[in-house]
Amino acid sequence: MSRPSYQLFDKNTTALIYGMQTAAVQRMLDFDFACRRAKPSVSALINPGSEGYEKIFWGTKEILLPVFPDIASAAKACPESDVLINFASYRSAYPTTLEAMAIPQLRTLVIIAEGVPERRARHLRGLAREKGINIIGPATVGGIKAGVFRIANTGGTIENIVSSKLHRPGSVGFVSKSGGMSNESYNVIAQCTDGVNEGIAIGGDAFPCSTLLDHLLRFQDNPDIKMMVCLGEVGGEEEYRIAEAIASGRITKPVVAWVTGTSLEHLPQGVQFGHAGAKADVKRETAPAKNEALRKAGAIVPESFNDYGKAIKDTFDKLVAEGKHTPIADVEPQNVPMDFKSAVALKMVRRPTNFICTITDDAGDELNYAGHKISKVISENYSIGDVLSLLWFRERLPKWATDFLEMVIKLTADHGPAVSGAHNAIVTARAGRDLMSAVASGILTIGPRFGGAVAGAAVMFKDAYDRKLNAVQFIDEKKKQNVNVQGIGHRIKSLRNPDMRVVLLKKYADEHFPQHPLLDFALEVEQVTTQKKDTLILNVDGAIGVLCVDMMYACGFSERRVQDVVDAGALNGLFLLGRTIGMVGHFMDQHRLKAPLYRHPWDDILYDLPADAE
Amino acid sequence: MARKGIREYDAKRMLATALTGYDGRVALVGPGEDLRKKAEEYPWLKTEKLVAKPDQLFGKRGKNGLICLNKGLEETAAWINERMNKEVTLLSGVKGVLTHFIVEVFTPFDADTREYYLSLDLDVNGDILRLSNSGGIDVEEYMGDENKFVEVMLNGDKAFDPQDVDAAVKKLFPANHHASVHRFIKETYSHFVAGGYTLLEINPFVVLGDGRAQPLDMVAKVDDTAAFETRKMWGDNLEFPAAFGEHLTPAEEFVRELDSKTGASLKLRILNPKGRVWNMVAGGGASVIYADTVCDLGFANELAMYGEYSGNPDTNNTYLYAKTVLEQMTAEKDPQGRPKFLLLGGGIANFTDVAKTFTGIIMAMQELAEKMKEVDVRVFVRRAGPNYKEGLIKLKAAGQRLGIPIEVHGPETHMTQIVADALLRK
Repeated sequence: MSRPSYQLFDKNTTALIYGMQTAAVQRMLDFDFACRRAKPSVSALINPGSEGYEKIFWGTKEILLPVFPDIASAAKACPESDVLINFASYRSAYPTTLEAMAIPQLRTLVIIAEGVPERRARHLRGLAREKGINIIGPATVGGIKAGVFRIANTGGTIENIVSSKLHRPGSVGFVSKSGGMSNESYNVIAQCTDGVNEGIAIGGDAFPCSTLLDHLLRFQDNPDIKMMVCLGEVGGEEEYRIAEAIASGRITKPVVAWVTGTSLEHLPQGVQFGHAGAKADVKRETAPAKNEALRKAGAIVPESFNDYGKAIKDTFDKLVAEGKHTPIADVEPQNVPMDFKSAVALKMVRRPTNFICTITDDAGDELNYAGHKISKVISENYSIGDVLSLLWFRERLPKWATDFLEMVIKLTADHGPAVSGAHNAIVTARAGRDLMSAVASGILTIGPRFGGAVAGAAVMFKDAYDRKLNAVQFIDEKKKQNVNVQGIGHRIKSLRNPDMRVVLLKKYADEHFPQHPLLDFALEVEQVTTQKKDTLILNVDGAIGVLCVDMMYACGFSERRVQDVVDAGALNGLFLLGRTIGMVGHFMDQHRLKAPLYRHPWDDILYDLPADAE
Repeated sequence: MARKGIREYDAKRMLATALTGYDGRVALVGPGEDLRKKAEEYPWLKTEKLVAKPDQLFGKRGKNGLICLNKGLEETAAWINERMNKEVTLLSGVKGVLTHFIVEVFTPFDADTREYYLSLDLDVNGDILRLSNSGGIDVEEYMGDENKFVEVMLNGDKAFDPQDVDAAVKKLFPANHHASVHRFIKETYSHFVAGGYTLLEINPFVVLGDGRAQPLDMVAKVDDTAAFETRKMWGDNLEFPAAFGEHLTPAEEFVRELDSKTGASLKLRILNPKGRVWNMVAGGGASVIYADTVCDLGFANELAMYGEYSGNPDTNNTYLYAKTVLEQMTAEKDPQGRPKFLLLGGGIANFTDVAKTFTGIIMAMQELAEKMKEVDVRVFVRRAGPNYKEGLIKLKAAGQRLGIPIEVHGPETHMTQIVADALLRK
């Protein structure tokens, strides 16, 4: 796309962005959208060493921008792009810019980084002149061609873009070193004139690659620009060259100029202003001297920054009064949708949530379990049982109850390598799988036949008790239904040879539970079942199940709440939690032993297949 | 991010690695150090005649009577000890405390040995080489006298071409020195380019009878942004001393530290701790204009600080910066009981999150609210940019909550209007 050399950007200009500056890219595309550009001003991103796509909003929709691993491949894929906005760090700004300068298609480069070594910046500057490439920067926010093309973050938010009339071209050319003051000036110019046509911040370094004068000369040559505003700064001699250009007639359009830093003479020697270039070693470089030189040459120079806006307004009004310019009409911008996040921050939108959580809050300053801050949990020495009760029951249960919960975890932590959970964990560990796989394979065996009878027993016993069945009626009913009573029966243990774990649980309940009616009922049932077979005792699952129900009632849970926990099968969680300790232990054990792959011996398997089918 | 002066000691030490025939025997004596103790590290201190002079970024040390010439270790050490930690007033009027001395081997030369001059300057169009056959403190007088002083523009981005300086060397120096001076220029220049220098002034250097060129007195500045490229030469801790007589207060030192550790920019110079106008301004460009405006209104003598924060500093860094400023501001009451003004100024930010930076300022205000009220601080705010409305509302609410008078303005108010609001309103 050819265009006159004074025109760096037009409505079809597209840029490559070096660096994954998605926020800046989004700002550019929002600007494009507000200006009704036909297509986005960014064609691709460059992320050294990686490639793919990046999602960016275009109005209300999302579009994909390609990401390339280097400048050359991005340029090749986007042959129409002639601008590179370089977000490389101060370390790599120089080599990446050199790289870009070797690609003839790239005609305008912007270097954002601050802190590029002066010698490097000077080299880039010299090379750019030699090759006729435009470079804006280093150490700049960039610039803006109103209504046409926005460099990166220039102009700030979209509200500011619109209130400073940057969404449509005006007739004033602006240039300064400072990015912040550019934005400030766009607003001043919008209030005093029909707005900015183009604004450039050349950057605050000692050797900017393009100068104030370079851009003023472009503005002079651009017929759309009727007047110029230039904000200079103490230090350097650039303003004298501008004065010469005005005096010699190279610049004929009105220039409102102000050089800041008039206060430097009041300040002690050696004060370094924020910009690296802003210091005057000789009188010639001071702000008053340069303001005077500009004034002499014919620039419009206010008395102080306070009158800066007035000088701009007067100059513009004069152009209009003399019939040299007809103010450009305002244009309504196309509405840019607000980001959901910003809208939320401004309390402008709401939306129903898809998730609810009532036990843990990690959104605040500090993690919080059911209203108990984690710092309190630790400083007040909450037990594991306390934490469990907070997260499972949303309240801190009394000590006898939380001790009971801990006791269950201890009792169920392991039961040797032969039970299905541990066995699976061991076999999986020996197959070389990781901890998660080993434990998961063990956990998957927990069910009605192994470990999972806690919940089942709670359901059955509670149901019978609630219906006021006696032990005999209960057993008869289950027999008729041909259902085994969960929580009853053991492989070898009997009343005379009791399971120590059940003994301990009963003892604890007698000593600490306020009452335990369901356990009492379960023991009555045991009396009946053991008459049939002496191993049909209340087993550990059954004891835990009924005691949990007793515990919940004793803690004041409502009937409905208890039934909810029981129906959810949640009580199996106690076994799951306890036994996980053991399964992790078995995994570690096998790992420590460097146990090889387990293969079940074939002679331990009955192979019973049909004979060879002929 | 700027050009920084370095000690002559460091400049000579580094130059010695590049120069043929110059051994760079230099030592630095700082406060609390005794030259005699250095003799273990530098045995030549015991055997050679020495030169000592302050090494604190000021020149004309001879004229100021601050050179100790051609003395042995004991005498030199005594000379230094006598002056260490003493305040002196230079002929320029600058006052400061002597804290660092460079000590080097005395170079004897005949009375008729000519003092030469060389300087290199990183300029926008190239590196300017200045040469003179009439070095010494009066060298500037010979500028313009083409038989004594020549300026050559070197293209710093291309390899050094001896032909560029041939004519100048032939014109200025006697034939028996051509080769030595030539080599001296070539070696010094490649060092200048590789070392991230922006200024190297050797005044004078002499060519000894055996042809060795020796730098006697040096001034050097480097571009501190080049640190990442020159680490090998500079080492990890090349010192950038403050200008002579310029003493960084602990608060300034703290902000400088803070600044060096962040990608954002944080600057603080206390100009007048008793001043009543405290400009804490966002932005390198805007901060200058606020200072200008305070002076324009005739309050230059009340301007307490120059400072700026920019480049989207995070909340914590802004808090630390604001706290430092407020601590300085509230250190004492105005003796006449007049109010103090905190001007939180700024233009329209491009990408700095105004609400975030203001959150940091509010944190600092909360911490120092009592002291702020004690010294009657009045706050005037003008700022715009991303999330500025939220920031202004929060800041105003904080002022009201804390009982600190505060006025806030957005982009509808001229940027520097708050200066007049604060200073001129009765």
